[in-house]
Amino acid sequence: MKSLGAILIGLIVLLVLLSLSAFSVDQREFAIVFRLGEIISVEQSPGLHFKIPLVDNVRYFEKRIVTLDWVEPDRFITSEKKNVLVDSFVKWRIVDPAKYYVSVRGDEKQAEARLSQVVNDGLRAEFGKRTIHEVIAGERAKIMDILRDKADREARQMGIQVLDVRLKRVDLPQEVSDSVYQRMEAERKRVANDLRSQGAGAAEKIRADADKQREVILAEAFREAQRIKGEGDGKASEIYAEAYNRNPEFYAFYRSLEAYRNSFRSKADVLVLDPSSEFFKYLKDPGGRK
Amino acid sequence: MASNDPGWGGKKNDGPPDLDEIMRDLTRRLNALFGKGGPRSVGPSEPQTQNPIAMGLIVALIAVIWLGTGFYIVDQGKRGVVLRFGKHVETTMPGPRWHMPYPIESVDIVNLEQVRTIEIGYRSHGEGGPGRGRELKEALMLTDDENIIDLQFAVQFDLKNPEDFLFNNREPEEAVRGIAETAIREIVGKSRMDFVLYEGRTEVAAGTKKLMQDILDRYQSGIKIVSVTMQNAQPPEQVQAAFDDAVKAGQDLDRQKNEGQAYANDVIPKARGNAARLMEEANGYKQRVINEAQGNASRFTQVLAQYEKAPQVTRQRLYLEAQEQILSNTSKVVVDQKSGSGSMLYLPLDKLISSTPAAPAAAAPAVGLPPAAPANPEADSRSRDAFRSRDRESRP
Repeated sequence: MKSLGAILIGLIVLLVLLSLSAFSVDQREFAIVFRLGEIISVEQSPGLHFKIPLVDNVRYFEKRIVTLDWVEPDRFITSEKKNVLVDSFVKWRIVDPAKYYVSVRGDEKQAEARLSQVVNDGLRAEFGKRTIHEVIAGERAKIMDILRDKADREARQMGIQVLDVRLKRVDLPQEVSDSVYQRMEAERKRVANDLRSQGAGAAEKIRADADKQREVILAEAFREAQRIKGEGDGKASEIYAEAYNRNPEFYAFYRSLEAYRNSFRSKADVLVLDPSSEFFKYLKDPGGRK
Repeated sequence: MASNDPGWGGKKNDGPPDLDEIMRDLTRRLNALFGKGGPRSVGPSEPQTQNPIAMGLIVALIAVIWLGTGFYIVDQGKRGVVLRFGKHVETTMPGPRWHMPYPIESVDIVNLEQVRTIEIGYRSHGEGGPGRGRELKEALMLTDDENIIDLQFAVQFDLKNPEDFLFNNREPEEAVRGIAETAIREIVGKSRMDFVLYEGRTEVAAGTKKLMQDILDRYQSGIKIVSVTMQNAQPPEQVQAAFDDAVKAGQDLDRQKNEGQAYANDVIPKARGNAARLMEEANGYKQRVINEAQGNASRFTQVLAQYEKAPQVTRQRLYLEAQEQILSNTSKVVVDQKSGSGSMLYLPLDKLISSTPAAPAAAAPAVGLPPAAPANPEADSRSRDAFRSRDRESRP
């Protein structure tokens, strides 16, 4: 009974000792072991580690990548003296916890303040060399690379690695935006007017073309019709000539009679006749003498 | 996951084979720990002395409860990431699992397959309830040609690597938003406004997705972008009216063209119809003229043939017939000038003409000629026809 109690007490003491001397380092953390304020070791690997109880103490530092994101966008001036609002973020992580602890006392706020200063300086310098267009489109990636390298170089002194500096928003200030809107509006108006007059022009062209086609079709048809009629007239003339040529004198007589008949066919035509004419010769004298 | 673990379609925790598995798991872990020779392997479950059975039972009970805290369940689509003293030792698949209890091991359960959505440029659950709240600050961006556009899009992502997700980034899900913004602005900054607004929407989305994935991979975030969907791409409100008008102008262009085409479609077929009419008329005219000529010629030649047989009589007959017909149809006054012996004859012609209706009856007996020969009316009508048609010919 007594021995069991002793064993139990021994076990408890052992546990307490263990809990005081052992510490675990998370996968996501670094640990620095201080002995009376002096750094004696940096624990990079996760798992169980030991220290001297009461003499040593441990501080943990972030091992993961941290985002530094400004809340308010900053104003920068480009080479053509225009303001742009730039919003960016920085990805960084601690690579040398001892250096980090020494340079910023392990204070993340302080580290970020220094980092943002470095990045801002870099942004100012790089933007000052470039036009808005270059900043927005062409050299965006290049600027980001330059800034990253620059910030990384500076940050290494703090035991920090800068993985990435990325421009988030590059916007124009309100007053410039307004003029951009005006320009966009004017441009759209131009496009609209252009389209409308194009439409009117195209429609007019189609109409004119239709009118032309109509004229051409009708004129061609007229030409063809006249040709056909002429053909008919010619043919008819030929037939007449062929027939009448057999006896032109008789034709003249025959045709004249017909003409007379057609000329005098109405009661409104009044003929004043001389009974001495040939026609009346039997009217006057059955012998036919004059 | 689910496919290679068919017994775990549901989340039921029964079934002997799995209990076996747990037991195996448990013993394997204990062995591993003891094998490591940790000083903590006190083994409270095996009391050395037999006499204080109650004491031993209590200790055993405590030990069992302590060990029992190590049970956990990994749901479908999730992974359990087990840390031993903070060091990653194992990632467990869905099912009931056991880890060594606190403070030795701990587990982080990561939802791998749940698709998370972030919204850029709008919030579908904004302050105004379910309506779509707009975030102009996020939505407005500059294009290559220095225009401003208003883009709203959603990014959906899940995880491809739970360890990377847990260990490499602080607040990785928050970071996705920033990365989405930087990626889309880089892509849009390289594109022209019309491209982004109209034909290039899907390309912008695809480019953004790829760029985001590249960035996330560079950070080893363990996040996989499932999709980037454009909700809306439009010009900013301030210039919306002008853009709408331009679109309308484009439609006007089509409309005007169509109207012109409609006019053409109306005019040209009509002209073709008219042309066809002219042609047919001309052909008809030609046929008619030729036929008439043939008829007239034939008639003439036949008369001529008879005339040549007896020229004197025929000529006389024709002449008389014509005279007869003419005189029978007209009003006539016979005046003998020779016997008039110089006396002036007054003829009221206007009265004669106006009194024509009564004339034939009065005049015919005066002449004393018999009615026309039977052949004549026919000849007359025929020749009249001929002349009428001649008349017609002279018309255009």
